[in-house]
Amino acid sequence: MAKVPENLKYTKDHEWISVSDGVGVMGITDYAQQAMGDVVYVELPEVGRVVAAAEDFVVVESVKGANDVFSPVSGTVTEVNEALDESPELLNEDAYANWLVKMELSDEGELDGLMDAAAYTKLVEELEAENE
Amino acid sequence: MKKTPMDTLFETSRPGRSGFTLPDLDVPEVDCAGILGTMCRENSPRLPEMAEVDVVRHFTGLSKMNFSVDDGFYPLGSCTMKYNPKLNEMAARMPGFSRIHPLQPENTVQGALELMHSLGAMLAEITGMDAVTLQPAAGAHGEQTGLMLIKAWHESRGDMKRTKIIVPDSAHGTNPASASVTGFDVVEVPSDSEGMVDLEALKGLMDDTVAGLMLTNPNTLGIFERHILELTETIHKAGGLVYYDGANANAIVGKVRPGDMGFDVLHLNLHKTFSTPHGGGGPGAGPVGVKAQLVPFLPVPVIAFKDGAYHLEGQNVHPKTIGRIRSFYGNFGVLVRAYTYIMSLGPDGVRDVAEMAVLNANYLAKRLSALYPMAHKGHCMHEFVLNGGPLKAETKVTSLDVAKALIDAGFHPPTVYFPLIVPEALMVEPTETESRETLDRFVEAMETIVAKARQEGPEAFHDLPLTTPVSRPDETTAARKPILTWQFDQE
Amino acid sequence: MSRYIPATEDERRAMLEFVGVESVDEFYSDVPGQVLQKELPRLPKALSEPEMIRHLQGLSRRNKNADDIPCFLGAGAYDHFIPAAVDAIVSRGEFTTSYTPYQPEVAQGTLQAIFQYQTMVCELTGMEVSNASMYEGASATAEAAVMASVVSKRTHILVAKNTHPQTREVIRTYCWSRGLTCEEAPWADGRLDRKAAGDRLAKGDVAALVVQSPNFFGVVEDLEALGALAHENGALFVVNTDLLTLGSIDAPGKYGADIVVGDGQSAGNSLNFGGPAFGFIAVNKPLMRRMPGRICGQTVDREGRRTYVLTLQAREQHIRREKATSNICSNQNLCIVAASVYLSLMGPKGLREIGRQIMAKTAYAVEALERTGKFTRAFPKVPAFRETVLLCDEPVDRLNGRLMDAGILGGYPLGRDYPELANGWLLAVTEQRTKEEIDRLVAVAGGDKR
Repeated sequence: MAKVPENLKYTKDHEWISVSDGVGVMGITDYAQQAMGDVVYVELPEVGRVVAAAEDFVVVESVKGANDVFSPVSGTVTEVNEALDESPELLNEDAYANWLVKMELSDEGELDGLMDAAAYTKLVEELEAENE
Repeated sequence: MKKTPMDTLFETSRPGRSGFTLPDLDVPEVDCAGILGTMCRENSPRLPEMAEVDVVRHFTGLSKMNFSVDDGFYPLGSCTMKYNPKLNEMAARMPGFSRIHPLQPENTVQGALELMHSLGAMLAEITGMDAVTLQPAAGAHGEQTGLMLIKAWHESRGDMKRTKIIVPDSAHGTNPASASVTGFDVVEVPSDSEGMVDLEALKGLMDDTVAGLMLTNPNTLGIFERHILELTETIHKAGGLVYYDGANANAIVGKVRPGDMGFDVLHLNLHKTFSTPHGGGGPGAGPVGVKAQLVPFLPVPVIAFKDGAYHLEGQNVHPKTIGRIRSFYGNFGVLVRAYTYIMSLGPDGVRDVAEMAVLNANYLAKRLSALYPMAHKGHCMHEFVLNGGPLKAETKVTSLDVAKALIDAGFHPPTVYFPLIVPEALMVEPTETESRETLDRFVEAMETIVAKARQEGPEAFHDLPLTTPVSRPDETTAARKPILTWQFDQE
Repeated sequence: MSRYIPATEDERRAMLEFVGVESVDEFYSDVPGQVLQKELPRLPKALSEPEMIRHLQGLSRRNKNADDIPCFLGAGAYDHFIPAAVDAIVSRGEFTTSYTPYQPEVAQGTLQAIFQYQTMVCELTGMEVSNASMYEGASATAEAAVMASVVSKRTHILVAKNTHPQTREVIRTYCWSRGLTCEEAPWADGRLDRKAAGDRLAKGDVAALVVQSPNFFGVVEDLEALGALAHENGALFVVNTDLLTLGSIDAPGKYGADIVVGDGQSAGNSLNFGGPAFGFIAVNKPLMRRMPGRICGQTVDREGRRTYVLTLQAREQHIRREKATSNICSNQNLCIVAASVYLSLMGPKGLREIGRQIMAKTAYAVEALERTGKFTRAFPKVPAFRETVLLCDEPVDRLNGRLMDAGILGGYPLGRDYPELANGWLLAVTEQRTKEEIDRLVAVAGGDKR
């Protein structure tokens, strides 16, 4: 089954985020990269863009299709992972080591609405059972 | 890199060769720089330099790597790959059609204008609409034009809040894309368990922001929307208009008219229903038909017959027009082919197209139903969708594998993985121009493939097709590291 | 019944029986009874092939074609020579009757043809990436304007008023439907008025400056200066051009164009009363994922052989649906195969020679017309190619009428679109026009001194 690290927060749309000192690092989960298949291109947002929670702000393209990625929280984009421009396959290699966006959170309270690893593991198990 | 099937033109090129000689210049020479100054091109584009024989052999070689309707059965669902009569090709090449300038005086192109005027009238009669514009260059261009007409109509009534176009979840991708490029928001309506539009869900979406509904009927599962009159009435009651996507019109020509079902605007794909060739992806033509209330908004120019002659009328005569949607009048050469086709068929022939397309589909569906569950219940119209899910579950052989195996059996595969609402979909459209023996041979091929899937499993399919110039391409690398032009420096 | 349907009556009966129905009407049982057509459509009676040919010949003969009336008319459609090999290739059923190359293993011919076409468009335009073609030049230009608006997040499009009137009309239609504003920049002395364009661009809300070169008057624009002007003001520089002219005129890519679009009819496609031919669009790599339409790419197959596929498809409608860059699905494939054959036969030298003959014949015709004393060049100070604006001392419609009486198709009456050029006559001279035809034009056009 897809990997779900303990120390991260998750959304039902298969994004992860970790926060320290008000700065969030987010990406897509291992389950998401497996479901998408070979990633061929990542369209990253502009630095400085202000996004609301659940707003789509990244597109991950695979051979099968294009997938919107939603921001787990509200905030401002401070940095994007430019390594993905040249090497989108990094997301397939390790979806957690290869983050998408760093952002300044506008309301850390929103993190409470996200899933912890246990809840997300349960969701992934259910989905994987459905697809069997 | 291993031996390629065909060298490119750029590898074949040899400096100094040429495939054409112009006549000697019969007027005094001029100097390019004297005319164009600094804009005179100095660095030559790296176009091929080849003798005529090498150009002809190159492209003949390329052509032999294509599968075409002239080669064999092409049951590509939703694409209506029927036979393209050769007479139509001859017609389009007559100098009185191919060698006329679009801006010649009207009195020197009366034959061309009459042909277009008649074709428009015949398409209006076949579809039950009040007027037809022949200008859109393709189906999607027709959709865009039709949606512009809907927008213009609402705006003309001062009804500016109509921002939503409703599209079924089974629709072709062009429907939502066309709505979006025309400035509408797209709202999806789900299908019910039979694959038809969920009428109750549709009613739930009705409010005064609905501009219209786009519908293909028969739908992408190949079934006729039984509640069609209620569907169109629902939209009309809410103040919207209904758009008919003519992608599947081959099932209904001469049998049912969209205009009678309550549709206000439609497009036809002449390259599907009206037998003009696909050309490997175009040119097509996507004429748009409308009911009376939308006629004033049609794109200009409008071809009219007045005082014993045909005329091209502009915005001065049609002040409410949405304007021009392309240069000149449409893909005229394609229109000549479609005109020739309809005139060759006549009234009985047009109806026979639909009836025979539907009979062929039902015959083939019944024969294949021994191998695959169908995505529909009962009879189908001109096409049907096989559910490849159970075969995959049983054998791990996917519909893509089956498609590739069909290529080795000498057939073009059906459409795979569409519509999106059926897992492992295989969408089959035989068309009316195929004989029973062809359909039977296709069934035998499918039987062999399914038996092979059960006996040998997915490994036996991974390397297919084997009979083609190339095997399965690496699409991932193509998209990750795009090479979109010949890399001259690799030579 | 029709000659295009193989099934005999006996076969139909057997197939109906196999399916288990009495008649085909049972298949239509879901159609509400009140809309099922009882009567046949009211269409003319079917014509056999010999009857159809006679009928078509009748219609065709009512059109005067360029074989019979030497064509000095251009304005967006041009009478260039097309070698016999072009039609021989595009008549092959494998090109004519195949579908879009979604199954690459059985469509390498079409795919490689597209890939080579893309390369030739890039070579001619001086850009890095081309798509597999557009419907035609005017709507391609409108798509470019829309694309510029998406990229720049600005909502105003500034179009040079000396761009083809129909191209401007199509841009206006597209802009209206997308909620964009289309404005026009005036011209001065045949070229775009740089001062006026610069003033408008300086407001900082223009997504794209759209110019045509050679423009509608045949005048070659100063692309270097215009590109700089657009970029100084944060606008994209969209250049509309004609593919064939790029054999002689410098590539727009050299002058900072962001999007190069236009029509390719002049390269190997017949006049066809205005269609089908094809449009093209080319950009540099940073914009390639914003392009509309199909794109073909090179890759390898399982055995490592060079292979072609449609790629970057995540931009397209069948994947991206309402979020696609455009709704465009088809390309004008057969028309670009024709163009590819044409350009391969001509090669760079052939295109240059065509350009040389066009310039020589244009100079010959214009000088001879000026010598009659009836015509003067409207824009003598700026370079022009293939088309020239002449000011005429008689009403242009009357002039064209006299020419048609003499079996000559005259130039475009500019007064239709430009009141300020009421007596302007846009004369096109391609390599097809012979000295004898030009002399005849001059004799008839200059004959009436009044």
